[in-house]
Amino acid sequence: MSEELNVSCARPIGSEVDQGIDDSFVIEGAEASKAKKEETTMIMVGRKAPDFSAPGYHDGKFVNVKLSDFQGKWVVLCFYPGDFTFV
Amino acid sequence: MSVDSMFVHKMWDEEELSKMVDGGIPFPMLSDAGGRVGTLYGVYDNEAGVETRGRFIIDPDGVIQGYEVLTPPVGRNVAESLRQLQAFQLIRAKKGAEATPSGWKPGKATLRPGPDLVGKVWEVWKVDQAFED
Repeated sequence: MSEELNVSCARPIGSEVDQGIDDSFVIEGAEASKAKKEETTMIMVGRKAPDFSAPGYHDGKFVNVKLSDFQGKWVVLCFYPGDFTFV
Repeated sequence: MSVDSMFVHKMWDEEELSKMVDGGIPFPMLSDAGGRVGTLYGVYDNEAGVETRGRFIIDPDGVIQGYEVLTPPVGRNVAESLRQLQAFQLIRAKKGAEATPSGWKPGKATLRPGPDLVGKVWEVWKVDQAFED
């Protein structure tokens, strides 16, 4: 489900996993990046959740987790402002 | 998932959360330094440099079935998230033949959408059911 990370001083960060954009029509240059930006900021119920990978802590280990590794399971993805906060 | 590093997650889990939950947090605590993933999901507050309280229910096909986003000072209702999850799981198991009306909880009646139900919801579902515990 998740690969264990080798810990070093570098701090790994999360990122989008490219899902192969439908290129049935091709837009060049600035327009292409604008179109991609609009596409990636569209979150809607009934649509695919954007795939990502992110480092994390689980069960005493540092791991790398990819959303698509959970295919076939229900996932509740929660964001929150910060560790050691109050709510 | 928050912008904190996985090292801070470890300390928070060991020093505080394990005192609230036996054995600590049972699921992965993910790090989103820079808010890249949060930006992707529309919940990263660029000015404050933190994620807002976004919660997404994602089904086994990777499809978002529901989400909720709150500003930081108000905490979530976990029971409501679980209720929604149970409702989505039931709908999936019934392959869409049933629907959960307002106020539905596990064990309560579902609706069977179809021509016969048009104009007849008032007979099978009462407003009180929306507010029942």
